[in-house]
Amino acid sequence: MSETWTQIAYLAAAVLFILGLKQLSSPRTAPRGNAVSALGMAVAVLATLAAEGILGWPIILAGVVIGSGIGALAARRVQMTAMPEMVALLNGFGGAASALVAAAELLRHAAAASGSGEAVAEPLVPGSVVATAIVLGTLIGAVTLTGSLVAYAKLAQRMPGAPLTYPGQQAVNALIGLGIAALCVFVALEPMELPVYWGLMAASLVLGVLLVIPIGGADMPVVISLLNAYSGLAACATGFVLGNSGLVISGSLVGASGIVLTKIMCDAMNRSLANVLFGAFGKAPEVGASAAADQGTVKGYTPEDAAVIFSNASSCIIVPGYGMAVAQAQHAVRDLADLLEAQGLEVRFAIHPVAGRMPGHMNVLLAEANVPYDKLVEMDEINPQFPETDVALVLGANDVVNPSARTEKSSPIYGMPILDVDRAKHVFVIKRSMNPGFAGVQNHLFFNDNTMMIFGDAKKVVLALVEAIKAY
Amino acid sequence: MLQDPAVALTVLVLSLFVGVEIISKVPPLLHTPLMSGSNAISGITIVGALIAVTSKGTPVSTAFGFLAIVFATINVVGGFLVTDRMLAMFKRKPGGS
Repeated sequence: MSETWTQIAYLAAAVLFILGLKQLSSPRTAPRGNAVSALGMAVAVLATLAAEGILGWPIILAGVVIGSGIGALAARRVQMTAMPEMVALLNGFGGAASALVAAAELLRHAAAASGSGEAVAEPLVPGSVVATAIVLGTLIGAVTLTGSLVAYAKLAQRMPGAPLTYPGQQAVNALIGLGIAALCVFVALEPMELPVYWGLMAASLVLGVLLVIPIGGADMPVVISLLNAYSGLAACATGFVLGNSGLVISGSLVGASGIVLTKIMCDAMNRSLANVLFGAFGKAPEVGASAAADQGTVKGYTPEDAAVIFSNASSCIIVPGYGMAVAQAQHAVRDLADLLEAQGLEVRFAIHPVAGRMPGHMNVLLAEANVPYDKLVEMDEINPQFPETDVALVLGANDVVNPSARTEKSSPIYGMPILDVDRAKHVFVIKRSMNPGFAGVQNHLFFNDNTMMIFGDAKKVVLALVEAIKAY
Repeated sequence: MLQDPAVALTVLVLSLFVGVEIISKVPPLLHTPLMSGSNAISGITIVGALIAVTSKGTPVSTAFGFLAIVFATINVVGGFLVTDRMLAMFKRKPGGS
């Protein structure tokens, strides 16, 4: 296939990606959109094989079979509650692939320049687009890999989710950042100095770890979105290395997607990206503990108490949070919603943009439990309806329903958009303990007169609630 | 053609704008499938991995290319399949499997 036709095939692939992403604008067309994107990928891969010939096909076949096997198995086995971990790992693998391609390309140029082996490559011009792209592909790809692995470890609770900080952390990061910047410039200008290049690769891998360890668990929606952007930009850099516009266009689409999601997540917490990345948020729970003492004690209620209230109610809004995912309570919640609807209540779900550990986490869990998606309502749409609602049921959510965000200027979460559950006539909060939420601030909602706390594991309490309502 | 920095930047910047426009229209309801699906698209780097293996290089560059194929394929196959699995669950009416 001639070079022109190959490039046109890549353009076709990029167009298919764009069309596929466009169809993600509605849940009805989205499955088709995903298939269209997959078709685009097939076009790109076949065009490459047609252009490059069958040289090395046993290696290609082996790689594709191994990769497909692992990918397909993971996609089938993964639990919906573990989707943030899965996406973090996929981000990391994408970054790793891009860094490896950049390194392989540099090695090929180096071998060709020294005349060793049978390597053939055009001379690598210092400071050229290709040299710069090799540097950026390596840097971004390596940071994406190790950053994603740390994010995965935090999400899967293989390491503590709390921010890991030490004195002088930001100074250390700044020094390493400066060192990497210097290495980048050096490699771009002297790409054939391979030892320096390996130094850059190693430093970038370390940087990925250092950047993510100070970020707490509940800030993971931002981190995953950002790593998503990085994996796209790394692919983009690879496109510049190979002079392949298909890679550049597709990579930047993913980069844009990650950037948009990162911004949405930051806005939903009313925090800047810099604050999320370097603020080590959620580090001081003791502040909340002392505030709790001023508030007096909270009385715990039973599911039977709640059943009485539900028997007189005509509407209910359920507010799920990370606690629902941890307890795997989504199916029990669906049963509760069905029961309430059977008793004539109007039931809807209020979804805060940062509820859970990744963008859209709650929606996927409730969809898995067969909750129809027209019952999942976004924050801005549902907030005006809380005052007319009889019961708001908060399930493992905390900071996203804390009224201090509206009123208390001194609160660390002041200004964060919240779900106005406190304006409902009755509020049930299902929670394991009185421990403050991720932000380390006590929640005044729990002390309000119209709030009833029901302590316990989200799933067990919901199941007990179902039994109590049936028995009432 | 991308060897010209001006052309390369043009393609990059215009694609970023297209991306932002399209992604902004995806409802929050579908943000998780959006992430896994766009993630699969970032596996386009498999094209680079294939080129790294098929072009004449060194044993090390070929080995890197092989590893890149494995990682990128996990990304592509895992990403598209898990997205499909998720999207199949979004239903308007109750019922179904």
